[in-house]
Amino acid sequence: MTTIGVLGLQGAFREHVRSVEATGAEAVVVKKKEQLKEIDGLIIPGGESTTMRRLIDKYDFLEPIRQFGKQGKPIFGTCAGLILLASEIDGSYDVHLGVMDIKVRRNAFGRQRDSFEAPLDIEGVAEGYNAVFIRAPYIEGVGENTKVLSTYDGHIVAAQQDQYLACSFHPELTDDHRLTAHFVEMVKESKKTLAL
Amino acid sequence: MSQTGTDRVKRGMAEMQKGGVIMDVVNAEQAKIAEEAGAVAVMALERVPADIRAAGGVARMADPSITEEVMNAVSIPVMAKARIGHITEARVLEAMGVDYIDESEVLTPADDIYHIKKDDFTVPFVCGCRNIGEATRRIREGASMLRTKGEPGTGNIVEAVSHMRQIQSQIRHLRGLSEDEVMVYAKDNGAPFDLLMEIREEGRLPVVNFAAGGIATPADAALMMELGADGVFVGSGIFKSKNPEKFARAIVEATTHYNDYKLIGELSKGLGTAMKGMEMSTLTGDQRMQDRSQ
Repeated sequence: MTTIGVLGLQGAFREHVRSVEATGAEAVVVKKKEQLKEIDGLIIPGGESTTMRRLIDKYDFLEPIRQFGKQGKPIFGTCAGLILLASEIDGSYDVHLGVMDIKVRRNAFGRQRDSFEAPLDIEGVAEGYNAVFIRAPYIEGVGENTKVLSTYDGHIVAAQQDQYLACSFHPELTDDHRLTAHFVEMVKESKKTLAL
Repeated sequence: MSQTGTDRVKRGMAEMQKGGVIMDVVNAEQAKIAEEAGAVAVMALERVPADIRAAGGVARMADPSITEEVMNAVSIPVMAKARIGHITEARVLEAMGVDYIDESEVLTPADDIYHIKKDDFTVPFVCGCRNIGEATRRIREGASMLRTKGEPGTGNIVEAVSHMRQIQSQIRHLRGLSEDEVMVYAKDNGAPFDLLMEIREEGRLPVVNFAAGGIATPADAALMMELGADGVFVGSGIFKSKNPEKFARAIVEATTHYNDYKLIGELSKGLGTAMKGMEMSTLTGDQRMQDRSQ
């Protein structure tokens, strides 16, 4: 059985649990760092990145999550989760996990009134995917090992670098589970490789 | 083709706030303290509810320069209050780019019968409710988020507890009703039938429901989470306490780990005096803000 953990400090973690379960994998809410040992992949959900970072520090999650990724175990960051994964944040010295070679801009599409839904093509994953952007960030630039999976209006909104997957939008807020399923596949693959 | 202001985008915004604390602030300095403490959003106001109560008179939308000052100070979402039924105050807040509008009984209602038709707006709304009738009427008018009314500015949790219990209990009751019984239940509660059917099917409200109105300590916040709140609003509690920084951080942590009682005990040590608070029986007629709209 493949077990996906969803970081449950703040934000839309229950919706991610529902989405993971819809793909047939098992999902657990991760509230303590000890639980990282029990899971094969980790989703960092949408929420408020500043709030989540404070709680990550408070409960000493930062280094354990980095180590989790370094072991080759997949991590998927959505919206605020993407900001936490990024190695560079526009206009800020405060990088969080910094494990993924991307530069992000926060609230890049504007304030809440500018939040939107739009159809997207995600390379190798889905066509006509209904993406929900809420005060979303976008990726301004990627390193050479990072693959761009999707763009909207000329801006990068989904990318993958080895075991790390990130998107600006909210795959957990719709019934389209194709991107979650792609992550679950990444986790299954990594489980096979790590077992060798 | 992209679309703004959809239900999914508006309700989704509130989903992102779950498990978090939204704090009332009256200037940039307080907003920064709130953000630093881990608030998921701030509510920009001219006066916190306890001061509105003390000042008396008509309470209106805040001076836009205060709201703007707060919006410029933080990167977390900024909410602001409009009077119940005051379409123009709400449009002004929307035009300013406020992230969420609270159509709030804390301000003096502009319309004593009708609420704003909120689904016409691109910006999402949060509204107060005490029972399933108020909750479903507000959702039908277009609210994307709910909160208990409680009794604002009192520092007394009793009304928020009562409203949260009432709604949870009505949802449980609804689940056990047959379809023909739901029609009568809809009539008795002044609630839209189709929305009740949806709630009966899902076993929960279609939007998030936060606790508000009287939360004064970390234990109060944790209690509301225990009772099923999706998050909490803290109005006067933080900046009316002796040590707002410490208080704000403690409330955020108690909300995240609401069932870690040992931790809440630690957090509550040496916080200094909480706001004084008021006993409900001392409030007469028009001092009860929760009765201002139904």
